[in-house]
Amino acid sequence: MNRDSNSVTTKADPRARPDTFPVNLKINGKDLQVEVAPWVTLLDLLRERLDLTGTKKGCDHGQCGACTVLVNGKRINSCMTLAVMQDGAEVTSIEGLFENDAIHPLQQAFIDCDAFQCGYCTSGQICSAIGLMREGRAKTADDIRELMSGNLCRCGAYPNILAAIEQVMQDQVAS
Amino acid sequence: MNRFTYARASELGSAITEISRDGEAKFIAGGTNLIDLIKENVIRPSHLVDINRLPLARIQEIAGGGLRLGALSTNADTAYDPKVEKRYPLLSKAILAGASPQLRNMATNGGNLMQRTRCYYFYDTATACNKREPGSGCPAIEGFNRIHAILGASQSCIATHPSDMCVALATLEALVNVTGPNGSRTIAFEDFHRLPGDTPNLDTNLDLGEIITSIDLPSKGFAEHHAYLKLRDRTSYAFALVSVAVGLEIEGNIVKETRIALGGVAPKPWRNREAENRLNGQPATNANFQAVADEIFREAKGFTYNTFKIELGRRAVVRALRQAVEMKGGSDTQFHRSSIEPI
Repeated sequence: MNRDSNSVTTKADPRARPDTFPVNLKINGKDLQVEVAPWVTLLDLLRERLDLTGTKKGCDHGQCGACTVLVNGKRINSCMTLAVMQDGAEVTSIEGLFENDAIHPLQQAFIDCDAFQCGYCTSGQICSAIGLMREGRAKTADDIRELMSGNLCRCGAYPNILAAIEQVMQDQVAS
Repeated sequence: MNRFTYARASELGSAITEISRDGEAKFIAGGTNLIDLIKENVIRPSHLVDINRLPLARIQEIAGGGLRLGALSTNADTAYDPKVEKRYPLLSKAILAGASPQLRNMATNGGNLMQRTRCYYFYDTATACNKREPGSGCPAIEGFNRIHAILGASQSCIATHPSDMCVALATLEALVNVTGPNGSRTIAFEDFHRLPGDTPNLDTNLDLGEIITSIDLPSKGFAEHHAYLKLRDRTSYAFALVSVAVGLEIEGNIVKETRIALGGVAPKPWRNREAENRLNGQPATNANFQAVADEIFREAKGFTYNTFKIELGRRAVVRALRQAVEMKGGSDTQFHRSSIEPI
């Protein structure tokens, strides 16, 4: 499988394979079916086809975390998965956090703690932090730092991002 | 991305058939490395066979007290599995030392073994690379080689294997179960990855059409005495410059069994059994640890920018052995902060 593919020519495929595939997704609570080419990433589907542009394209290589969304409740990099691979999945992006006429507590905490400057990484940070809280592995500030290390913030708002997450985690423990 | 066709495999046999008849086709599981390589134009598959629906995600007990890790179990599900955490904490720690939580939620166990080097020349299609394009040359040997190998390299390639998980699997002497057009077989972990020699384009000993179905962990998990020490340019979310996975069996102060695997220094997880054997039957003293470290790196060869890895590696081995000895009972499941202590 790791034989190298050095040939630049694309062989004509004798078996007719479809150009697009129907993909069923539940995105932010809404069922939909789209036809996508196999090379379309989940990120490009969200942004370019469904106009859900809250999810950002940063590096497009799984390094910056700006594209983080929740798939079946788990945080992933939407730039590193193909939309066709996610057929049947439930996807939550930043647009899906608005519930009962209110923003998500983490969104409020990011405002309260001034946890962003340019805001480009913010939707990925918030989706990632929701995943982190669901995983239940972070017990200390150091744990949060380590488990948020997949989300880069070029403005360097890290102390305030940490404070926002800690605030919501403490509120959850208190309630 | 270059265009490719796609099929979703619903059973193992048809997935293998589909890959076997098209030399340019690839399996895709988590995709965290493959999609990146396709975007970078390093790999140009004609066809992807999506294996994510195959029933290969379970973690289950096997005869003899071991554990079978499904090839499609994610790195996160494996690291956080209560059985793995309790009996193979070395593996949990190694997995959690790599990548980011998002990537660990996607990346699979089989895919971890199949990931390619992060050598920047391999990734840069504007440069030569014997691994990417056999016979084109290796610019790393005379170029920027700070992250490159000091052991096991060849005149055609000095790239390192990037995995943390695989370093722990080498120490645990895992077995890799594979199935292909000619049936199933089991490959000892040490025989799974290859040294570059004059065929650096081949990373593993898998045959055409073979797929990893699971990874078996033998019963011996070194839960009492182990360490995963990872040294890197920043303390999180970076590949290892040097990493060490140690498993020890100790009675009193005498070392009964020693296993040491190294990451970040060689084209595959590196073991040196002669060096390990020197410690068996000896007291767990720093002098003895130093002798083992010296033996492991005796034939290490540095290049322009990576000779520092030789001394860093020696010190990392000594420290990891000390950490493994000094574990009090079980283990902390939290993150190793040791990488920020002064060396």
